[in-house]
Amino acid sequence: MTAIRAFFLAALVMAAVILQVAVFRYVSIDGVVPNLALLVVVVAAFARGPQFAALLGFGAGLLLDVAPPADHIAGRWALALVIVGYLAGRVRQDARSSTLVALMTVAACSFVGTSIYAITGLVLQDDALPAGQMLQVIGTSVLWDVVITPLALPLLMVVFLRLRPPQVAA
Amino acid sequence: MALKDSGRDPRDHPSRSVFVLLLLACLTVITLDARGGDNSPLDPVRSIAGNIVGPVEAATATAVRPFSDIGSYLRTTRGLRNDVAKLQSENSQLRSTVETAPLDRARLNELDGLTRTAKDTGYSLVAARVVAMGPMQSFSRTVTIDAGTSSGVRADMTVLNNDGLVGRVIRATRTTSTVLLIVDPDSVVGGRLGSNLEIGVISGQSLTQKRDDLNLELVDNSVVPERGDVVATWGSDNGVPYVAGIPIGRVASVVSNPSQTEKRAVITPFVDFTALDVVGVVVPNGTHGDRVVIKADGGIK
Repeated sequence: MTAIRAFFLAALVMAAVILQVAVFRYVSIDGVVPNLALLVVVVAAFARGPQFAALLGFGAGLLLDVAPPADHIAGRWALALVIVGYLAGRVRQDARSSTLVALMTVAACSFVGTSIYAITGLVLQDDALPAGQMLQVIGTSVLWDVVITPLALPLLMVVFLRLRPPQVAA
Repeated sequence: MALKDSGRDPRDHPSRSVFVLLLLACLTVITLDARGGDNSPLDPVRSIAGNIVGPVEAATATAVRPFSDIGSYLRTTRGLRNDVAKLQSENSQLRSTVETAPLDRARLNELDGLTRTAKDTGYSLVAARVVAMGPMQSFSRTVTIDAGTSSGVRADMTVLNNDGLVGRVIRATRTTSTVLLIVDPDSVVGGRLGSNLEIGVISGQSLTQKRDDLNLELVDNSVVPERGDVVATWGSDNGVPYVAGIPIGRVASVVSNPSQTEKRAVITPFVDFTALDVVGVVVPNGTHGDRVVIKADGGIK
């Protein structure tokens, strides 16, 4: 059973990454697309807590880092999504209580995640844009993630609750 | 605070050590990849991921292509209005790209008086389609194309489309390859000004707020680039990674900084990088593969 669950989780993460690069490019705003991998990690944190989300964040981030057409130093998205998963998991009690808090958490996670990615780029001198442009990209991506949340969150929530091992009570 | 009682959740306790372990794992991966440079230990992982994810991306792109026309109505990028017409005409136009290349050259010759050796004339193209675009959130500008080593595509080959220079291949798997666009902050192309043959370096790090602009730095500080001047590739030895004479863009403005002696110019590229579809990869003559090779004389092999 665990293997099947792991397989479904891997498929879900892969689907998110592929949708992000192959499908959402058609509706990109100057190249910025919804960060579906980040959204999957945040919803995983709401449904299953920080430990699970941080682990999933590591996997999803690493896939974002090595799957084509990525060409940055690997591990940067992994780092960002591990932190995002952990933080979102810490506030999950509040996020589950109200839709508004959930939306705000997604926005905050999107901002934190993309910012961590941007800062690692500055530190490693890898793909660093001028600060003004970076903020513009981060702003657009937060907007995208918030817009896509009402559609994706309920769906992903159901998936994660279904994929939960039976012995763990909610 | 928003952290109410979640910190006291008994299931959160083991997560701290897992979290720290994961952070260390991330830092290890980053260090390995950053230190590795060109021979990164992560490259085999990239290659495996490319071989698995690449074909899925290509299949997904094929599946959604019928809907992409609808998508283009919603897209908020430049060149939106011409998009549908452009997509339809691009494929056929690309076939004639090689035929018109001598004409373009002649035009460029008029513009810049560049003389070309016989060696430069005539190259073959492998046509490919863009199947995935790296998200802008990653701050790098890369795309995946659906042609790989099985079609004769290798790393460090020039990629162009109907409008001009697109980028170069940085990594190729069997069926797909990754292309670094010239607007990427890490991209550097040798360029030549059309009007006075001055050479310079064109980098993706734009000076303006517009992310698709390029930055030109001339080698000769005394020359001031003229607005509207066309910039074409200078070309490297054996056309690796860029072949000569491919139009890149037009000088939009000149940035003069009194404290700096160097002259910088903003270049508006001919290619619309957020709406890429059909591209051509410049391959050596006589390349054999599972894909149609458009020869320099316009013939198809």
